Amino acid sequence: MVRVSIPPTLRKLCGGEDTVTVRPGTVGDAIAQLHDRYNGIRDRLCDGGGRLRGSVLVFVNDEDIRFLGEQATPLKPGDEVSIIPAFAGG
Amino acid sequence: MSQSNGYMKALKCRECGREYPLAATHVCEFDFGPLEVAYDYDRIKKSLTRDVICTRPQTMWRYRELLPVAGEPTVGRQVGYTPLVKADRLAKRLGIRELWIKNDAVNFPTLSFKDRVVSVALSRSVELGFKTVACASTGNLANSVAANAAAAGLDSYVFIPSDLEIGKVVNSLVYGAHVIGIKGHYDEVNRLCAEIAGKYGWAFVNVNMRPYYAEGSKSMGYEIIEQLGWRIPEHTVVPMASGSLLTKVHKAYQEFIKVGLVGETKWKMHGAQATGCSPISTAQKAGLDFFKPVKPNTIAKSLAIGTPADGFYSLKVMKETGGAADDVTDDEVREGIRLLSECEGIFAETAGGVTVGVAKKLIASGKIAADSSAVLCITGNGLKTIEAMTGHVGATRDIRPSLREFEALLAQDKPELVTA
Repeated sequence: MVRVSIPPTLRKLCGGEDTVTVRPGTVGDAIAQLHDRYNGIRDRLCDGGGRLRGSVLVFVNDEDIRFLGEQATPLKPGDEVSIIPAFAGG
Repeated sequence: MSQSNGYMKALKCRECGREYPLAATHVCEFDFGPLEVAYDYDRIKKSLTRDVICTRPQTMWRYRELLPVAGEPTVGRQVGYTPLVKADRLAKRLGIRELWIKNDAVNFPTLSFKDRVVSVALSRSVELGFKTVACASTGNLANSVAANAAAAGLDSYVFIPSDLEIGKVVNSLVYGAHVIGIKGHYDEVNRLCAEIAGKYGWAFVNVNMRPYYAEGSKSMGYEIIEQLGWRIPEHTVVPMASGSLLTKVHKAYQEFIKVGLVGETKWKMHGAQATGCSPISTAQKAGLDFFKPVKPNTIAKSLAIGTPADGFYSLKVMKETGGAADDVTDDEVREGIRLLSECEGIFAETAGGVTVGVAKKLIASGKIAADSSAVLCITGNGLKTIEAMTGHVGATRDIRPSLREFEALLAQDKPELVTA
């Protein structure tokens, strides 16, 4: 399975969980699985066209998916995904 | 509205406008948009006049109605009101009619503009009841959090890339802060901090306290206006790491108009980056309103943010004001530092070299007109990044304490002074 860290902003929607697991596939598949389980999550993360919002960063094993394959980035068993608000730092 | 919140009304999402209580939180639950402090400008307009400001001590807190604290500030009360230096010799070298240096290289207490944001963030953290403060930093912020936390009796954890300049490392450790070096670049430090912020009930100044923290940068803009004789400069050149400072100096200019302290006018905001980390300037030059993240590689470590949080908004401000961005190589950064030092006697850190170097390019290309007036924001002190200049400024010439040896040396420099 793949572990996904949920940011505090989304925990209310995820029953208070700070980590959830999803099946391997791609980042896009993981978002779809989360959306099936916790209705509304896709709208928080993505804009109307299904693209990740500029305000959301997704990392797979500590690498920003914009340096990998965006939502097509593959997820293998044991991978770790982090969802982070972009508006921090500096 | 509650009097106990001072002149603040709420936190408001910059994207969707949803409002939140004035707590330690920084993003909207619905679209992850950044939260900003909303103020009661009508009340501020009534109480903040030029006369009121002029009677107050010369610190950033003379504009306190426009800064996000509920009561009197408790941390960093002496911060700000740094010199605005008329830089005639540098103006001549760069080919511009009028040039000013806003010199935060001598900001109190830690010699960078970060003391402004930290004094706001920690004053607000104390109001919200926090005992431990923290930050993700490229160095200057760590110094300021460490120093101001020590002075306020707060515990502090500062997270920095482990390869920072030694001056910036020692300048955090000396105050007794917990300094955590992360084996990675700033964006990785920042990601870690985003994950741990909130977990331990700490006030992370640039994560959960960011809406308050970022507002502190506005004070640099207020001071520029007042020190220019209540005038907004035609051009302002600002170094960009996250891009936040550029957006906040712009906001300061807008707010002074809004509360009636200065009249309507036009100005241009220009952004400066190092070529080795130039996601914002690259996007601006390509006419894009979004940036592509990069892996930083530059001597301007204080600007080495590859995923700038306010990249999008700084691009927007430059576009709206008709400003431009550019970037300079490491050699040009050093040249910028030398120009400022040799012309004005101000030794800036690498970010200052970036700002001077980019100003030079923008003036040469006519994006800043030769017959105009510009302010360069110098944000940090050269003594903190001494490594960048070591080996590039010549070396001392050592002699014995002998008149003969000195005259032999002087004969090389100025033969006309030395008689045979």
